[in-house]
Formats: sequence, structure tokens, C-alpha cells
Amino acid sequence: MAKKMHETPHLDQLENGPWPSFVTGLKRLAKDKDYVVDVLGQLETSYKTRKGYWKGGTVSVFGYGGGVIPRFTELKDAEGKPVYGDAAEFHTLRVMPPPGMHYSTDILRKLCDIWERHGSGLIALHGQSGDIMFQGCTTENVQKAWDEINVLGFDLGGAGPAVRTSMSCVGAARCEQSCYNEAAAHRVVINSFLDEIHRPALPYKFKFKFSGCPNDCMNSIQRSDMAVIGTWRDNIQTDEELARAWFTKHGMNELVNDVVARCPTKAIQLKEAKDLKAGGTVSAVRLSDGHGLEIDNRDCVRCMHCINVMTGALAPGNDRGASILVGGKRTLKIGDLMGTLIVPFMKLDSDEDREKLVDLAQRIIDFFADNALEHERTGEMIERIGLVSFLEGIGIDIDPNMVSQPRTNPYVRVDGWDDEVARINAKAEQAA
Amino acid sequence: MSQTQAAATPRRPIECGVPDAMDYMHPALVNNFGNWQRHDRPRPGVLRHVSRSGDQVWTVRAGTQRQMDVHTIRKLCDIADQYAEGHVRFTIRSNIEFIVADEKKVTPLIETLEKSGFPVGGTGNSVSMVAHTQGWLHCDIPATDASGVVKSMMDQLYEEFKNEEMPNRVRLSTSCCEINCGGQADIAVIIQHTKPPLINHDLVANVCERPAVVARCPVAAIRPALVNGKPSLEVDEKKCVCCGACYPPCPPMQINDPENSKIAIWVGGKNSNARIKPTFMKMVAAGLPNNPPRWPEVNEVVGRILRTYKTDARPWERMADWVERIGWPRFFEKTGLTFTKYLIDDWRGARANLNASTHVRF
Repeated sequence: MAKKMHETPHLDQLENGPWPSFVTGLKRLAKDKDYVVDVLGQLETSYKTRKGYWKGGTVSVFGYGGGVIPRFTELKDAEGKPVYGDAAEFHTLRVMPPPGMHYSTDILRKLCDIWERHGSGLIALHGQSGDIMFQGCTTENVQKAWDEINVLGFDLGGAGPAVRTSMSCVGAARCEQSCYNEAAAHRVVINSFLDEIHRPALPYKFKFKFSGCPNDCMNSIQRSDMAVIGTWRDNIQTDEELARAWFTKHGMNELVNDVVARCPTKAIQLKEAKDLKAGGTVSAVRLSDGHGLEIDNRDCVRCMHCINVMTGALAPGNDRGASILVGGKRTLKIGDLMGTLIVPFMKLDSDEDREKLVDLAQRIIDFFADNALEHERTGEMIERIGLVSFLEGIGIDIDPNMVSQPRTNPYVRVDGWDDEVARINAKAEQAA
Repeated sequence: MSQTQAAATPRRPIECGVPDAMDYMHPALVNNFGNWQRHDRPRPGVLRHVSRSGDQVWTVRAGTQRQMDVHTIRKLCDIADQYAEGHVRFTIRSNIEFIVADEKKVTPLIETLEKSGFPVGGTGNSVSMVAHTQGWLHCDIPATDASGVVKSMMDQLYEEFKNEEMPNRVRLSTSCCEINCGGQADIAVIIQHTKPPLINHDLVANVCERPAVVARCPVAAIRPALVNGKPSLEVDEKKCVCCGACYPPCPPMQINDPENSKIAIWVGGKNSNARIKPTFMKMVAAGLPNNPPRWPEVNEVVGRILRTYKTDARPWERMADWVERIGWPRFFEKTGLTFTKYLIDDWRGARANLNASTHVRF
């Protein structure tokens, strides 16, 4: 039995309503832990005053420089003593989950037991970077909790100016749109940068995210410095039986308005069955005895829309891999940035392919470490120095896929033009 | 082992990195890894995936509070042990998924989840759980809470989570400062400070690395200064955009203000490449009060935007696709929100956000 609860009239109102309540969970923990009684006391104060009361500090585990988010209370009385003394320290351990966030109940129960013994008993599944966040621990208990979590085969994630914990979608484990083995790529890339995760020494954070197709369920284009997004090079695959079944169920209005008209590049056309032709770069499928769809795959930008609507009837091609984008981030400092495409396609089928991905990541991180200013993200660095300088730095050839259009202003010196054309032609000849 | 001994022989970490997902994955997913052919949704909250091997799995998705006590997690484990061969997975939006290979288990699993207080839904064209941040519970720089805002929003959107009645999927986020850890979303709820930081000049010299703080400011409004004989920093309040970027590296530059830190609403962000390219969200309302514990003013605006989208958008239009069709004037007209001068961009690259054409919808 823990000590008596503080009055929490504001938080009590978050126990009403049908959605699961984190306040009810905290109160359940507070039955056994003085610690959580005082966490609720401080949180109620925040609800009353509309102020936050945690400040950072330095807490870590032996051998690592990051992975623990220290929190000390700033809510003190006139003598400088914490108002809620049992919750004066409320540190978080960030722990990396398995790719795709799969768990056995056995491992979840073990993690719960550890956190009930050493921490508050509150676990966030998951934080915005993808960590299992073990929230609420005293300085004294951080190492104890970590020792037990670590021997179960789990490792701390990133914090501060470091490579951060990553996320990958469910992907090949349960999704027909998966274009590469997301879990394998996620694991091999992140586990190649453990030193950069555990010992923060970069200019600022660096995030990877792995999405299996252009639907980008991991929001990687905007939430990661290096986004690995599945795609394919060959023709969209079709299945006539499923296409006919879709058409029977949904009809012509939905076909025209929801599929054909929504193709962003008008690569998809409705044709009378007698005019339907497949072959070369064209995919075609009958929907009924009268009509069919024709897709010119040269015009298709692999947006996923038609495949999402007619899943199974249409599917990504067989020659699958990934596009790589760099520089996505949120607001501070220069404003939001989407990632920029720097590799239109790379295969990710074999260990050797994945080693090439690790090598690319290594070159990007090395360049970032050498060239970014303090607290500058990769996308901001590229904005400052220009994409071409970045590409030259990491040894990637330019490609018109990297721009939405060529420049619209004349503010550039082009006295190297002829040499550049000659160099590109020579390289193309050599490759041919 | 006594504490002194423990300190003398500390345990070196096992630098094991990311665990192998295969060790924790449901066996039906391991067996059909990379071999899935298609899926459909027999009902909201349930996905059926069909493998080329002929195997089928049903996934039942349920909402959680994200910040979970161990008792809640154990309850979810009990349910997984009973129905889902002792395996679960989580989505990016903190929904939990139970995978079953036997269709007969689907209905009793749903009943058990709902009886235990976990709403089944969040699939297809529903409003899924809000991606959110830490707020007052754990963050060191929050202007508002996160879990509480989300709880109040999801209570209101409960039926929209459990049903698939929206034109397309709806993704929401909240963020407790302008760094916006919540991320791009169809609708995002983000703190928007309205006053420059209040500086405690007694503390700046000892707490803050002044050149680093100066460098953080996006509008170069901060400069070193001697205040009352002490080295400190001053802010050109005419230039300051009240973003709060100086506050994390320099806590004596307090940006959070119970009265004047307001909430803004943004719409039309999407990360998917489907149809139009990924889009950033756009600010459409600001100045809403930070009003715990249930933020009624924020919920009113979010609800209003969602209702308008639900009635007005065509099938498969995300929020961004819908506004692209109807145009911004009609967005403001239909939602009843007020278009003000603060919504006309003047940050770098702003000209791309102005209408350089005669395209006008009358």
C-alpha cells in the first residue's frame, strides 16, 4: 500500500469518456507506489498552473553516453525542497524495439516485471522515434533496470546529437505491398551504427526510417534524415480474377472516379476490352467482358493509389527495391523539410545489397559529422551548401529524378558546362 | 553485492542493438514472411491477409492510451495468450494488433477487448489514434500536456475510430511545443507561443552557452548583451517570432506562458506518396486557449473540420486532396474558420505559397 493520494480534480476528469485513460493507469500504479502518488501530484499541479516542471540533467548507464532522458523536478517549496519529494527524479530509459514492433507476451511480461521492480511501472509503447519508453526512474535505479533489460537482449536507443532509434513498418511480415525486407534492412543499418547511437558525437540527431512502399506508413520522408522507401522498377502486376471481382463489387463510377481519374500522371486508362493491349512497358487487365485497364508503366510514378484501391488486382512489380531520400525534419530551425530523393532505386534483396545501403549511410553520416554546424540537421546542411556539394561529398552522381524541375533562375556560373557534358558523356560511354 | 562493490565492478553493456523481429513475431507471420498476396477488411478494426501459400490471418486492431501501466500491458498480454498464441505488435500510432490464424477467434477476441475497455478500430477510413508527444508528464520544455489532449480528443472521436466512415484515412497529431515532435498530419494540434521569451538575466551567464543560443534563433533576434552588469542575452522583440527555439538551450529564456501560449490547428499534411506528392500541413487557426483538462475549444475546431471533411470530401480524398479540389476560400467558408493575415506566409520560400495565377474558384 502506498501513501495517501493527492487530490487530483483536473486529472480525474480525464478518467471520464470511453477512450482508455492513462490517468486511470497511473492511479492503479499509485496504489502500490509512493513514487507514482507524487508523479500524479506534480502532473495535477501542471494541469492547474499550465506549466511544466521537469528539467534535464546528466544521468547515464555505465559504458554509454546516451539513451537515458534525465528529469529532475523544478517544483520546489520556499526552502528549495521538492514539493513532491518521492517523484523528484523521473528519468526515462529509451529502449530499441524489434523491427515492426513485434512482441511475445513472454518478453512483454518480463519487461513489465523489471519496470515494476525498478521504475514507476509506466511504459509508453512507443515514443515518437520508435523507442519503448520506460518512463519514470530514480537515478539510483537506472543502472539496475538497465542491467536487467539488457540481458534480455534489448539495447538502449539514441538521445541527443546521435544516431537515433529507428522504426520500420510491418512490411514483409504481413503486407503484400512490401518491396524489400524492411526488418533486415532496419536491423543491419542500425546495428552498424551502435557506437554513434550510444556515444553521442554528431553535430545533431540523425534518424533512419524504413517504409516498405511509397505509402510510407513510417512517415519516413518527413521524419527521418535518411528514408528508405520501398518501390519497384518493372511493370505493375495484374490479376484478372481479382480485378473482375473488384469491378463486379464496385462498378464503373468507382472505377472511373476513384481509380482512373486519381492517377497523378494519367498513366492509367480505361479501355474497351477489344482495344486492350499488354506488353512492353504496358500492364493491362480485363475487368469485365467489355472493359479493362491499361497502365503505361513508363508514366507511372509508383504512387500506390491504384494499388491501394484495387489491392490484389493490381500489385507492385517483381523487380523490387527502395528509393533513398535524405534530409527530412520538422520545424526548428529553418522550417519543415521533406526528404530529397538521392537514390532513385537500389536493390535490397541480399546481404550484399544491404551492405551497400550501410555503406551509403556511412558516407552520409561521415559527411554530416564533418560538415554540419552544431545543431544543424542533414536537411539544413544540404539547404546551406546545396544538393550538388552534398552529392559530390558522398560520391553520388546527379540524376534528373532528384529535382521536380530544373532551376528557374539564371544565378549560376556555367563556365564549366562543356567540361561537364564531356565528363558525363565519357562516363556514359564507359558504362555502356 | 554491496553498493560499493557494484560500483567497483560495473557491468559493461552488451551492445546488442536492435533485436531480431523473428524471435518475437507471430508464427503465422514468420511462415508467410514476404509471401502475402492481398488483404481486405471484413469489418472495421479487422484486417484479413491472404498468403500465396493459402494461409490466412486476421488482425484485430485496438486503441490504447500509449502511456500504459504494467497492469494494462499484462491485461493485453492475457488477451493475447488466450486468443493470439501469445504474440502482439504495435502500430506507429500506438494501436495494438492481435494476429489470429483461426477466423472463429475473431469475434470473441473483439468482445473481450471491448469488454476490457480497448476500442477495436483504427483501420481503413477511420480516424486513428493521435500521434503525440510527452507533455507535462515528462518533457522538459512543454507548454501543454500531450496524453491529456489526446485523451480528450479520442473520447470525442471514439465512434470515428471504431468505424470507417471518413472519405479516406485520417491521421492526427499533437505537439506540446513548436518543435512539433508529433509530426505532419491531416490535422495537427500544436502550441503557438504569442509572446517573446521572458529572460531571467541573473541566470543566463551561468546556465546558457550564449553563442549557441544566438545561433539557434531562426530570425537572428537574439544578441549578447550586458544586463545589470551581467553577461546575458537580449531579444529584439520586433523580430522575434516567438518560436521558442532559444528555450531548450537556455531555460532562463522562458517561452512557456500559461496565458499567452495558445494553440494552433494545422491541416493537410500527409506523408504518403499516393496521388499528390507528400504535403506539409498548413496553419488554419490559432489563438485557441490552452485549456486543460479537456481543451474544449481545440476539440470544437478539430470536430468542425472533421465533420466538414466527412460530408464534403469525395472517396479517397485525404484532407490535402480535398482542399486541393475545393480551394482554400471554400475550406474557410465551409469550416467557418477565419482566414487572417497571419496565415499568409512570409517565411523563406513564401512566394511558392502565394497564388501566381488567375486560378480562382467563384
